[in-house]
Formats: sequence, C-alpha cells, structure tokens
Amino acid sequence: MSRLTPHWLAAGIAALAFLSSAPAMAGKTLDGIKSRGQVVCGVHTGLAGFSAADSSGKWSGLDVDICRAVAAAVLGDAEKIKWVPLTAQQRFTALQSGEIDVLSRNTTFTLTRDASLGLHDTVVTYYDGQGFIVPKKSNIKSPKQLKNQTVCVQSGTTTEKNLTDYSKANNLNIKTVVFEKEEAATAAYFAGRCISYTTDASGLASIRNKVATNPADHVILPDLVSKEPLGPMVRRGDDEWFAIVKWVIYGLIEAEEYGITQAKVDELKNSSQDPVVKRILGTGEDAGKLVGLDKDWMVRALKATGNYGEIFERNVGPKSALGLPRGINNQWNKGGLMYAYPVR
Amino acid sequence: MPPKKSSWSWRSRAARGLAYQVVAIAVIAMIVWFLASNTLHNMRVRGIQSGFDFLSQPAGFSIGESLFPFDSAESYWRAFLVGVSNTLRVAVAGIFLSTILGTLVGVGRFSRNALVRGLCYGYVECFRNIPVLLHLLMWYLVLTDLLPAIQDAWHVGPFFLSKGGVNFPVPVWHPGLAWAIGGLFAGAAAAGLYRAWARRRFEETGIARSVFWVPVLLVLACVALGWLAGGAPSLVDSPEKGEFAVENGGALTPEFLALLLGLSTYTAAFIAEVVRSGIASVPAGQGEAAAALGLDRGLEMRLVMMPQALRVIIPPLTNQYLNLTKNSSLAVAIGYPDIVSIANTAMNQTGRAVECIAILMAVYLTISLLTSALMNWYNARVAIKER
Amino acid sequence: MNRAGYQPIAPRPAPADTGGPWAWLRANLFADWKTATSTLVLGGLLLWFVPRLFDWAVLGAVWSADLKACRAAEGAGACWGVITEKYRIIIFGRYPFEQQWRPLVATVLMLAMLIASCTRAFWRPWLAVLWVAVLAVFFVLMYGNTPGLARVETDRWGGLPLTILLATLSIVMAFPIALVVALGRRSDLPAIRAFCTLYVELIRGVPLISLLFMASFMFPLFMPQGLTIDVLIRVLVGITLFTAAYLAEVIRGGLQAIPKGQLEAAATLGLSYWQTQRKIVLPQALAMVVPSIMNSFISVFKDTSLVSIVSLYELTGALDMAINADADWKPFKLQGYVFIAAIYFIFCFSMSRYSRWVERQVNKSRMR
Repeated sequence: MSRLTPHWLAAGIAALAFLSSAPAMAGKTLDGIKSRGQVVCGVHTGLAGFSAADSSGKWSGLDVDICRAVAAAVLGDAEKIKWVPLTAQQRFTALQSGEIDVLSRNTTFTLTRDASLGLHDTVVTYYDGQGFIVPKKSNIKSPKQLKNQTVCVQSGTTTEKNLTDYSKANNLNIKTVVFEKEEAATAAYFAGRCISYTTDASGLASIRNKVATNPADHVILPDLVSKEPLGPMVRRGDDEWFAIVKWVIYGLIEAEEYGITQAKVDELKNSSQDPVVKRILGTGEDAGKLVGLDKDWMVRALKATGNYGEIFERNVGPKSALGLPRGINNQWNKGGLMYAYPVR
Repeated sequence: MPPKKSSWSWRSRAARGLAYQVVAIAVIAMIVWFLASNTLHNMRVRGIQSGFDFLSQPAGFSIGESLFPFDSAESYWRAFLVGVSNTLRVAVAGIFLSTILGTLVGVGRFSRNALVRGLCYGYVECFRNIPVLLHLLMWYLVLTDLLPAIQDAWHVGPFFLSKGGVNFPVPVWHPGLAWAIGGLFAGAAAAGLYRAWARRRFEETGIARSVFWVPVLLVLACVALGWLAGGAPSLVDSPEKGEFAVENGGALTPEFLALLLGLSTYTAAFIAEVVRSGIASVPAGQGEAAAALGLDRGLEMRLVMMPQALRVIIPPLTNQYLNLTKNSSLAVAIGYPDIVSIANTAMNQTGRAVECIAILMAVYLTISLLTSALMNWYNARVAIKER
Repeated sequence: MNRAGYQPIAPRPAPADTGGPWAWLRANLFADWKTATSTLVLGGLLLWFVPRLFDWAVLGAVWSADLKACRAAEGAGACWGVITEKYRIIIFGRYPFEQQWRPLVATVLMLAMLIASCTRAFWRPWLAVLWVAVLAVFFVLMYGNTPGLARVETDRWGGLPLTILLATLSIVMAFPIALVVALGRRSDLPAIRAFCTLYVELIRGVPLISLLFMASFMFPLFMPQGLTIDVLIRVLVGITLFTAAYLAEVIRGGLQAIPKGQLEAAATLGLSYWQTQRKIVLPQALAMVVPSIMNSFISVFKDTSLVSIVSLYELTGALDMAINADADWKPFKLQGYVFIAAIYFIFCFSMSRYSRWVERQVNKSRMR
C-alpha cells in the first residue's frame, strides 16, 4: 500500500479480503458435525413412508432411516440429528448454503443437479419411476389416454419436466396445472380439478394411502414414464463427507446381501468367520478408519436401523402401509438393481 | 485587483455535507462489494454456474395457460414472456373490476338507504381485514369444491361451467375480423369527435345532447359495418363436451377466476375506502349547494362531488393498483402460472436463483414505474395548480 | 285590530314526527320510491339468506370433535369440530405438545404489552424499559435453553405467536430505519437523497414474496461461508426492509405537511439540523401520521401470512399443515379457513378502530 492511502482504507480492504476469502469447505462438514454434536438432515415435510413426523414430532421413513444410520455411524447415536423439513424449492439452496449436511429427501439424481448445482449424488436408495394416479371411475388404463387433459403437478421437481417430455413425445398436449406446494396439488386433484396427478410412483402410493378419502376410488396406472433414481445428496467440495455417506449406504446394502440383520449384529460380530462380514462389522480389517471413522461404524449403523432390506420392509415394503413390492429395489443377485460396491 | 480569496472552509456546512456524503457512499460501496464478492466466491466454490445464457435454452416445461401458444421446446425468455403476459392479464382485468366494484361500494357508503350503507360498510370491513392470501385460498377452495365435476359441467348454449373453469366460444381468426377491428378504431375516433362537438354546442347554446349513448351506438355501428365489409365471418371455435373434459373454445381456468375474484374483491374494499375519503374531503358546502340547486343525489354525486373528489382519490388509487399488481404474485400458491411461478420453475430447473430473482424484480419494478408514471401524468392533469 | 272580534284560527295538525324509530325508518329506508324498492329487494335477500346461514353455522353445526357427526351433518351444518380437534396445531404450529403453555404465556404477555402501549395511561418513559423486558421474556419462554425450560428450535415456532412476533418485531425494527430514510429523502445532500430514494422505490416496486424468496434463497449466498443465519432472522430482515420502505413514505408525508415557517423559526432560534428534527419537526410529523402508521401495522400483520410460502408455519401455514395431511378432516377445510379469517378479522378490526380513535383525538380541533 502506498503511503498516500489512508490507514483506515487499507485496514478496511484487508479486513474484507480476509472475510471473503474463507478457506474451501474440504473436511469442514465432518468437523462441523462433530463440534455441533448433531447431523443436520434435510427431509421431506411429510411423505408417509419416506419421511414424515407424527404428532409428537418423531420422524420415520426410508430417507429418515438412512440419515439415522449415518448419524449412528458418525456420532454413535442415531438420535443426534436435527431434522430440517424442506419443500422441493428450498432443498437445493439449503444444501448449497450449508444449512444442512445431507439431503435425504427422495431426490432424483440428474445431470443438472450433479453438474450445475454444486451437489453430488451419493447412492441410489430407491429406484423409482414417474407414474400417474387417476380416479377409478374415469376408466383410464394408460397415460396415453390423457390427450388434451389437465394434470396437476408440483413445481420445482423433475416431474414437471418429465410430464412435458412425455406429452411431447406422445403428442398428448397435456395441460399442466402447477402448484407451489405438494398439498395444494394433491388437494386440487382430489377435488376434481385435474383428471390426474403425477409424481414418483412411491409418492403416489403414499399419497393415495394418506390423503385420499377413499383409497379404493383411485388407481395408480402401471406405466412408468421416466427413470427416477432417488437417493441422498451432499455438497460438492467435501470429498471426505461424500465418502462417508456413500459408504454407510453401501454398507447397509451389502449387510443385507450377506445376511447381517439388526438382531444378529452382535452375534455375527462375535462369531462370524466370513471375511466380508468381518470387514463390515470391523472385526477383520478396519474399513471405518479409511473413511475417517472408527471400526465400529457399521455396527452402530446396523444396530440403529438394520440393513437395507429391513429398512425397506419397515417403511415401504409389502407389509407396510404403502405396500410397495421390492421389485427392482431388490439385491442384484435376486433380480434387482441394488448392487453394493464392496466394503473393502 | 487582489486575488479573490477562496470562500471554501473545511469547517463550513458545505464541507461537512460533502464529508457525510463521501462516508455514506464509501460505506454503501463497501457493503455492496462485500455481499457481491461473497456471492461470487460462494458460487465458484460450490460450482454453481451463473450468467444469463440459460435464457436462450429450451425451457423443457409447459405452461398451463397463456394468451399465445407456448411449446416446451421454446426458450426460457419466451416462457418469462408468457409469465409477464399472464400477470398483466390478471392485473388489468383486476384493476377494471376492482375500480368498478370499489367505486360502487364507496359511493354506496353515502346512500340514503341505511341498508345499503350498512352492507357497504360490512363489505369493506370484512374484506379489508383478512389477508389476501387467505382470500385467494378460500376462493380457490370454494370454486373447486362448489363447481360441478368436469363430466357433469353446467352448460347454457355454448358456455360451459365446471371445475375446469368457464369455457366460451372464441371466434376463429379471419381477415374479415381485421376490418371489424378497423371499424372499432374508426368508431372510437368518430365518437370522440361527436362528444367534442356536443360539448361545444352545449357551451354555446345550452342544449344538452347525449354524450354517452350516441357515441356507444356510433362505435357499435362502425364495428358492424367493418364486420360486414370484411365478409361477415362467423366461424367460432365452440367448446364441446369431450370424454373427460370440455374441449376446444376459450377457457378461463378456476385458478384465473379465483385470483381475479379474490384480488378484485380485496382491492375493491380498499378502493371503496379511498373513494369514501375522497368524497368526504369535498367541503360539505358543495353538497348543500347542489341540493339548493335542485340536483338529486345521483346528479350531485356525478357532477359535483366526484370531479372534485378525483383530485384526492387519484394518488391513493395508484397505490391500490400497484398493490393489486404486486398481490397477483401470490398466484403461485394456487397454481396460476404468473411470472413468479414461472421464475420459480426456471430457478429450480437451472439453479440460477440470483438471475431468476433479478429478472422477477426487474419485471415488477418496470410495471410499477410505468403505472406510477401513467397515474402521475393523469394526476398532474386534474390537479389544482398552486404556488 | 278589533279586540272583541279576535277569532282564533283552527289549530293546525302537529308537525310530522322527525324523531323516533318510525321517522328513522322513513328517512333511511323508505325515503323515496327508489330507496324503498332497493330496501325491499335487499331486505328480501337478507331475510332469505341470513336464517339459512345462521342455521348452517350455529343451529345445525357440530361443535364437538366427532368425525361421524360431522360427516352426517355435511351440507346441513358446519363442522366446527375440525377446530376443536385441530386448534392446538393451528394456533401453536409444530411447537412440542406438552410445552405449549410457553407460547401461550408469551403471546398473552405480548398482547398485553401491545394493548398497554395503546392506552394513554401507559405513555410513560418506563414503557420502553418494560418493552425490552417483555421481549426478553418472550424469547426466553419460546426458545428455552435455560434450566427448567427445554430448548425449542425456531423452526418449531409457529401459529399465532409467530404471526404476532413477526409483525411486532418488524415494525419496531423498521421504525428507526424508516425515520432515517425519510429524513434522508428530504435532505439537501444529493448522494444521500439518491440512496434513500433508490431504496424506497426499489423496495416498493417489488412484491413482498420476491423479497422473501430472496431472503430464503439468496441470503445464504451473500454471507461468508460457515455463517448460517436462522431462517426466522432471514425472514424478519426481509419483512423489516419491506416495512421500512413503506413506513418511510408515510413519515415523509408527515414531514411534508410541516409548514416551512416552523423550520425557518427553528433556524432563527439557532437550532442545528438534528435539534430541529428532534424538538420541532418530528413530534408534529409523527403525531400527524399515527393513523397511517397503524395502517402499516395492520398491513404487516396481514403480510405475515405470506411467510407460509417460504414454509414458516404461521397461522395460515399451520392450518394447511394441520388439515392437508389428514384425510379424515380434509372435507372441512373451509371451516378452518373461516376460523383463522375470524382471528385475523378480530385483530385487524380492533387495530383499525383504534387508529380511527387516534385520528379523532389528533383532529379534535378540526372536527365539524
């Protein structure tokens, strides 16, 4: 600084330069979590089966259980989570800005989200597709019959774009009615404003169950018009945290493949001779240390939530309220797409 | 001549004023620079892309209703244009409706009939004290609940009313209609000339001639002549009952209707108050003098009170028009695709939050400034010239 | 005059009664044939409509939270049972159920303070101190984190306490900003006048919802990394900046109404700019615009309903949350809307009557 510049100006510029050149986020998420003592998890405001809170404020669902497994693996306690319910519009800025650590909100992995929003897709926890729900008395059997019809949809989701693509590809000229809030969109469909409502098929099942006055009056069309791989997302710039979340989920999936259930964790930890099981449970090589945690990381996660199959059964499986079949969400060696990268 | 001593003093008021301004500019510049550099840094670190280049890319979403056809392959800036046209559509219609309703209710507060006075007062108080979002939600709920299902739409001739909205026949475009529109302009010009002539004759001779009905008849006659000259095209696109919905024809969706009715009734309550205070501001002697001249209440209101009240009414009325335009941004809550809703969708699909919000604010600023300028010009025309 | 031949004329009939109920009816409802016709038409409509409304809303209505009775009465009677069932979520939002006495006490305290600030008896210097104390108690009660009170994060706050908090805090914080901006807009210094004009015109030209979107989506980008601001504070900042622009215009209106002679007299007395403002101009200007300030408060109170779009669950958002997810009670959503419309009406109507009272007090000298 030349001596003609006043001191206060130089100090001001230096202060601003210091403030605005904060270090990159690498490694910061895990440090933040440890110092806070909590994982901040962004979830859906209320989608039964995936993330919903009951009247006493207790959260449950598939996305919720994934977060609990991560919290158990990182902090040792599955309840050390702050739940942040987010709408479809707020979810990405909340993640980008650092307000939440992980977004577990049945979010579809797409190129735009991965590349231009500054986010990372972790692991697919539910392979889904976009479907339509119609009233039974309309006798509609396929989405192709929706020529020139009105369909309700929520804004800010891949659903809107997929609907337009499908309508264009099949020359259907569908008129969309776009609502900001999902509740408003479903309310309009159930009031009869639109002939159909569209979202992921799992979401349709959840809505039909929870929101319809008479679930039997509505039919979910079997045709799925898009691929919707759903899973948690994290911010770019923190590879360590990305690895942790990714490998906790792979651990849960591989645990199901190798038969490690919530009830049998201790027993298998002490008695199993299978090297893969030993690696997952930390009695063999210490895989946890390599991701930045300790060797009991998967033991804690599995004890908190069970393996992927148990999470699925409990929240969205055939015996749950949603009654969704395992289908393509089954293990790779049982005909599904769940293929855990080896935890080794 | 001795050199002129400079009168500048560092202790003078002018110097202090200069110092304050320099400090203010510096502080504000530092704050702006701080925010801007943070934003740019954050966006770079997180890999968020920025720039307005997304405007020329295909939008990829369709829009439920618009004045002109929009296809999902068209660009984002055309989608924004559709949004602006939707906003203006509801704003202009809302301004007309609310002015008419508000003026009626405001004048009704001075009626001789106590029942009318009470009802107008009740209307104003009820509709003013409830938030506009609640109005919109209630109207939308009522419309989607009370209207019949699309399959059982009510119809009167070619007009249908159902949960899908109001469907009406729309004339199919034909060059003959251009003749009719030409006739409209010609008729308006003729009507204007007639009115000026009638007023001049009234000033000169005192013979009053109709200044309303005759011009209206003139305009209608010219339109009819133009239509005939163009070949009398009469093809209309009529709505008809399809399998699940009413097809063809023009439509006013329940979203548009709920927004229009909600905004109009809400703003009409405020305009009624503005009109009431404007009429109340006219000195009471004017009303008494009008009664002494033998004018009945209707003529007194029309010829004496309203022209004088207009001066007091116009500035707050401008405010209410701006409020109505800005309140139309709440359309996003009930599914009407106005500019906010489309900016929201664009923001979600491209991730360019900063750019989309900037476009949104620029659109509203432009509309506000244009409306203010228009009303200021009208205000200056009717204002009393003072020193 | 011939005294003996004085013949008194017959007494004339008494003049028409101009007082009493019949005269009022004649003058107000049946003055001429046009008025009489409209009275008959409107009266007939009201007589047809009002008993039906009363029947639906009161006589045939279901007051208890009985779903079966409500369904049975659908169409014939209102189901106020939906309120009895859901009123705690509607009024308190997602606040933990057992701790709901805390927002109740906090709201009652805040309301008491607001009413006290409106009555003349309390216009003493210690009112400001009392305000600070009550605000502190409010936050301690709502947030907790002290021995005896569990911590409740701000995203659990909702319903009526949130509405009142947002409205009160934003007006209180907007006032000093508005004062400075209004004075700045009338200042002689061109730079300051330009900034203040730019601020006011920019903020007044955009809808509140775009400011709220900016606050919730863009504020995190404006801040240096690692600094996360609570969503409640972000929304509060947005509403405060919005309110300050409108309040600045209101105050500027009052400032413009001060006759130039006052400023000239103050200059003659040797008062500086700030002394003039403090002692001469502002007391007169603010007293003149109190009704408009009350109007701004009413607007802010109503505008807090918009924060439900950025998912803070104040009164309107809490209603949506309470009823939308519950398929059983969804058909009775209209009754829920009527309930919160009534709450807003009570608050706003009282405030507007108060503002009219203040207006009358200020204009006592000019009443005709």
